[in-house]
Amino acid sequence: MKELIDKIGLPRFIIILFLIFLMALAIYLNIPISDLITDILVRFGMNSILVLAMVPGIQAGIGINFNLPLGIIFGLIGALVSIEFKLSGFTGFFVSILIAVPLAAIAGYFYGKMLNNVKGQEMTVGNYIGYSVVSFMCIFWLLAPFRSPELIWAYGGSGLRVTVSLESSMAHVLNNFLAFKIGNVTIPTGLLLFFALFAFLVWLYSQSNNGLSMKVAGSNEKFALSNGIDVNRQRIKGTVISTVLAAIGIIVYSQSFGFLQLYNAPLYSAMPAAAAILIGGASLKRATIVHVLVGTVLFQSLLVVALPVINVIAEGSMSEVIRIIVSNGIILYALTREGGQTA
Amino acid sequence: MDLLQIKNVSKYYGENRVLNNVSLSIKEGEIHGLVGENGAGKSTLMNILFGMPVIQSTGGYEGEIFINGKNYKPTSPEEAMAEGIGMVHQEFMLIPGFTITENIKLNREQTSPSLLSKVFGKRLEKLDMKAMAKDAREALNKLDMDIDEYVPVAGLPVGHMQFIEIAREIDKAGLKLLILDEPTAVLTEAEADKFLEVIKKLSEMGIAILFISHRLDEIKQVTDSITVLRDGEVVASVKTDEIDVREIARLMVGRKVELSERKNEDRKISDEYILEIKNLHVNMPGEEVKGIDLKVRRGEILGIGGLAGQGKLGISNGIMGLYESSGTIIKDGKELPLNNPREALKASIAFLSEDRRGIGLLLDDSIEFNIAFSSLEVQDNFLKKIGPMKLIDKKKVREHALRMIEELDIRCTGPRQHTRALSGGNQQKVCIARALSLKPDLLLVSEPTRGIDIGAKKLVLDTLVKLNREQGVTIIITSSELAELRQVADRIAIIYEGKLAGILPPDASDEEFGLLMAGEDIKKVVS
Repeated sequence: MKELIDKIGLPRFIIILFLIFLMALAIYLNIPISDLITDILVRFGMNSILVLAMVPGIQAGIGINFNLPLGIIFGLIGALVSIEFKLSGFTGFFVSILIAVPLAAIAGYFYGKMLNNVKGQEMTVGNYIGYSVVSFMCIFWLLAPFRSPELIWAYGGSGLRVTVSLESSMAHVLNNFLAFKIGNVTIPTGLLLFFALFAFLVWLYSQSNNGLSMKVAGSNEKFALSNGIDVNRQRIKGTVISTVLAAIGIIVYSQSFGFLQLYNAPLYSAMPAAAAILIGGASLKRATIVHVLVGTVLFQSLLVVALPVINVIAEGSMSEVIRIIVSNGIILYALTREGGQTA
Repeated sequence: MDLLQIKNVSKYYGENRVLNNVSLSIKEGEIHGLVGENGAGKSTLMNILFGMPVIQSTGGYEGEIFINGKNYKPTSPEEAMAEGIGMVHQEFMLIPGFTITENIKLNREQTSPSLLSKVFGKRLEKLDMKAMAKDAREALNKLDMDIDEYVPVAGLPVGHMQFIEIAREIDKAGLKLLILDEPTAVLTEAEADKFLEVIKKLSEMGIAILFISHRLDEIKQVTDSITVLRDGEVVASVKTDEIDVREIARLMVGRKVELSERKNEDRKISDEYILEIKNLHVNMPGEEVKGIDLKVRRGEILGIGGLAGQGKLGISNGIMGLYESSGTIIKDGKELPLNNPREALKASIAFLSEDRRGIGLLLDDSIEFNIAFSSLEVQDNFLKKIGPMKLIDKKKVREHALRMIEELDIRCTGPRQHTRALSGGNQQKVCIARALSLKPDLLLVSEPTRGIDIGAKKLVLDTLVKLNREQGVTIIITSSELAELRQVADRIAIIYEGKLAGILPPDASDEEFGLLMAGEDIKKVVS
């Protein structure tokens, strides 16, 4: 028993136990399990790329990228532009990504440069940059010259809506791609494949000589310097990749969710992603694809299962409370660990 | 009767014996010099005398200490102070933002009652600055210091700080013995002279002084008697008049017994220079290099020695470009760009850092990755091309690691074990394997045996010699352990205060090495 706990780590052990307990309750309360599993698969698929965006940041040594909103903003802009031009389906989806990626890369580059001047405080600084960027964009959303009636306030005038429906453009394009049913469980094949593709690319990069330099720069700066690695450059690389993945991640998330969320919504994106990868067993210095997989599955399952169960048992929005306690608690727990240890 | 008597004190750190039956005695008002190389046991002895907690936490010590004939067994610095022992540390223990008075009186402030203290107790009494300043003034006067006692310490010259530390000690009532740990190391010559005068004055006031210094001149000039420590043993305890500086130097260095004598062999080394260093300055904190000229022959083992803090470690770090440096370095006839580790590596120079765990290893990565990484990064080895990507070739890495593990006899559970779990000696071997994977023709090795037990030390040194003999790798080995340098090196350069003091053959006398290390001028250079 003790060996098992050592192997999977105490936090994961507790969460798995809690999850099993919730599942049993769900069965007892006659909540349909097949719906829950469908939900878990979808939520895993839509969140996983945002979680994946944490990996290059941690590997390059900037820690958890709390400035995920930076990339997300450009993902949103990409999607907005494609809607403005009335693109829909896969065309709309891929055009969004094509527009978002270069913008995110440029922003990531300058953000990375800035992080090199605040070594050791990347996470604090990232958090505040995230807040600033989101606030600044609130002004932008009001002033942006978009014309499409899909985007602007229904009563006319200027400024974008708080939530933009994707129903007529690219909602569920990935989810429905090659989707099939096993019993009552729907498998969102496209969504999962898309994540698999990016997970593979990130893994491939981490096996290449460039990726290895980045990883070494992140895990021991002095060692990297003595091997002739330009540590600052590697950190910028990691930041750029992380920001780009965040931009792609939000497009995938939005098409599955069916809405684009503007204004303050991007603020709340970094915490769940950070919590997921930390639950998965990553530390502030070390993160792999396995951590992304395990963490996202556990974290999202917890939310999906807790929601109906607790709503049946207790009144009100208990599930939201639980989500906040779990995600912030696990971040706190991880931050109290030494740099090299895992949560 | 003697003021302080130390009888047969021994101290172990784990298995390691650092003090062996040390005895010495100091009379009232005597200035007693204590000399020895780094690691001879001076600091340990001081720590025991001053009751530092590190001694208790590592199992205490054996033997007895008497003060005025009374048994004395300190378990905390407070006890030592109560017995009238004061210590001035090598690093200043002053608070920069406080005034001189406040620093001198720190934690011993005079106070007067106030409204708050009547309610909440003595800890809240008001400071009586006037009385404190008066005491501070007195202490400063004893040291001939006319500086204002209300000046903050921040920004004062280091010389003044040293005096303030001493003023603090003599302000303590009943000071009988003052321990000075290399007090002149940070002082300029003029300051040091004044300092020595003050010490004499203190001794006239009846305070005994235990004076630790590497500067043999000073020791000779100021002390009444001298104790020489070597490898934790007292090798001599004599009156200062009866010994000269050369003799002290010889006793201090001595020959260590633990390492075997070097083998006699005919060494033919070409006259070709693989590396020429001209006027190298390296800004490495604590090990600054201030202008060194050095030529290294192809195929030789050059030792670089000297006491800690004199700059010997700065040379290798400077050549590798890890610390900001200036000057000229010529490798194989071509000028090497400074401050650029990649260029140094590409010029076939490899480096084993003195900070093995910090710079030399990725502690949370596997042995095989550690071994292969430098070569992969700098020379594009261990890669396979797939399309536009160059990926790590795990099979090649594994094969190479297994070969290295066998060749260097690295004791591990397998190539996938993380290096954090290895012993010091095996970690060093992983570092060597990493350097060898670069196939360097010049290997810089810093403190290769620091923190490694004796058996493994020999293995590491043997490995280096083997590399030199069989593969013709030129090696520059920097070490605090002279015995080790004398065992493997063909020539030994001694560094003093950031400059080259001289180059000696390994069979030069102890006396010559001792003098060079203490900065004495003996104009001897083996080219």
